[in-house]
Amino acid sequence: MNYEPVIGLEVHAQLLTRTKCFCACSTEFGASPNSNTCPVCLGLPGALPVLNREVVRLAVRAALALGCHINRISQFARKNYFYPDLPKGYQISQYDKPISEHGAIAIKVNGTAKRVGITRLHIEEDAGKSLHDGFPDSSEKSYIDLNRSGVPLVEIVSEPDLRSTTEAYAYLSKLKAILETTEVCNCDMEKGNLRCDANVSVRPAGSSEFGTRTELKNLNSFRFLQRAMEYEILRQVEILESGGHIVQETRLWNADEGKSYSMRSKEEAHDYRYFPEPDLLPLVVEDAFVEETLKTMPELPDAKKDRLIEQYGIPEGDADWLASSRTFSEFFEETVRICKKPRPALNWLKGELTAALNNTSLGLQESKISPAHIAELVGLIEGGVISGKMGKVVFEEMFATGKFPRKIVEEKNLVQISDVTALEKIAREVAASSPENVAKYRGGRTGNLAWFVGQVMKATKGQANPQLVNEVVKKVLEEN
Amino acid sequence: MKISEEEVQYVAKLANLELTPEEVKTFTHQLSSILEHMETLNEVSTDDVEPMTRIPDFGELASSSTPFREDVPGPTIGTERALGNAPDPGQKYFRVPKVIADR
Repeated sequence: MNYEPVIGLEVHAQLLTRTKCFCACSTEFGASPNSNTCPVCLGLPGALPVLNREVVRLAVRAALALGCHINRISQFARKNYFYPDLPKGYQISQYDKPISEHGAIAIKVNGTAKRVGITRLHIEEDAGKSLHDGFPDSSEKSYIDLNRSGVPLVEIVSEPDLRSTTEAYAYLSKLKAILETTEVCNCDMEKGNLRCDANVSVRPAGSSEFGTRTELKNLNSFRFLQRAMEYEILRQVEILESGGHIVQETRLWNADEGKSYSMRSKEEAHDYRYFPEPDLLPLVVEDAFVEETLKTMPELPDAKKDRLIEQYGIPEGDADWLASSRTFSEFFEETVRICKKPRPALNWLKGELTAALNNTSLGLQESKISPAHIAELVGLIEGGVISGKMGKVVFEEMFATGKFPRKIVEEKNLVQISDVTALEKIAREVAASSPENVAKYRGGRTGNLAWFVGQVMKATKGQANPQLVNEVVKKVLEEN
Repeated sequence: MKISEEEVQYVAKLANLELTPEEVKTFTHQLSSILEHMETLNEVSTDDVEPMTRIPDFGELASSSTPFREDVPGPTIGTERALGNAPDPGQKYFRVPKVIADR
């Protein structure tokens, strides 16, 4: 039988605030353990939460960018469970009245466009961090750091509209691009700014009923996400094929082993006894606030992609790639503004620059390269001052040192020899030193041309304009 | 009885409470009478009444939003004081019995 997977994603995105959701503690990453804490986020008796205005602004911004309806009145709720990294014994979240609902994201997979519904986007606070390994007594003890306790998140829940792991990947990529573009979240999955859980079920292809789903947790990289879901789909199909049935459960992905494990926690674990948070009044988002947020909304990835195609005449795939990253698209546009050459600028960006960033694990903003660097390099090549091949040498030096291309060209004496008389002189010398090859060429072995060109390039240390050398050598060999 | 002993035990478990058999009986009885009282309240039609979850929904605070705090860092109490009441701190962390579920 053919099976079809049904996938919905729950994404937690950390909002880019300076302070926590309900207290004034810093959200700074990497601070000394338990140093960014106060009575509120430690859950000490009597401490009261006060909502951070910026949290509301960012949540509304994200919700609008995802096409969600903003609920004028929303309410916080307590989600009750016991875990050592949750000091209050409950998480402040939103339940029956979230701040926003009913959005959608447009994705495109294999050329087919699809709308993926967003059920809701709500505000909640993060829990602390449990460390289970790395201490001398880690076999018996867990260590708790509450710096992350109370850090603001939005949870974005998709409809079960995804039908393949590829679609799930496309959805998450688009969501990430939107959250980055709107500066709601910096989406660094390694730092846990963006976390993803997946609800996965399978059903006979063509069926309209849903199968029993499992929840996959800990999918904290794009690579894990797809692999973990593929594993889960296969696992479920195998169970069904052998006549078994799927148990609704939470499974934890273990990336090292490439397997998921049942979290066999108590079956009551999903009964969170939600109730309205008595310490916070309802949240009222006035229309004026929404309008103000709309006014400051930056160009979103889909609109940007269309404009890049229109304005620069670049291929759709490249425009999509650029539009998915605000830093790259702004870098690209600034480069083109200076050098007026979209295609070469794009090629440097997606070729050498991306490769160099990957090799050094640097972000674009951390590198020493500015749009002015790439623009100058493009100008030198397009103007015939250096060859494309030399350009790569210049790029390497430029990437390592941050020096400008023109300076590198001068220092390395890289200027391309385009002086015909000089090249003719060298070509004659090469011909004179190897009369037998000249004879062969003149005897019809025209393939020998490449050997002469190579010799001239060698004599000029690769600085000759290759096209010109070709012409000159031909002329020299064919004269007399 | 509006509530069974099993339900009381289930709720107790969720709340991390251990009850003796006598306590289960007592609470089953008490919770049932509370729920019965709610039945009485349920007889009133509230179709046109907005749910009220908090007292300040009344009077001059009615429909006002929860107060906001500006996004400006304030003082923290620091690691030492944060761990001051912890029964078993270790290396700047709260240390607790192993919590991860066994495979």
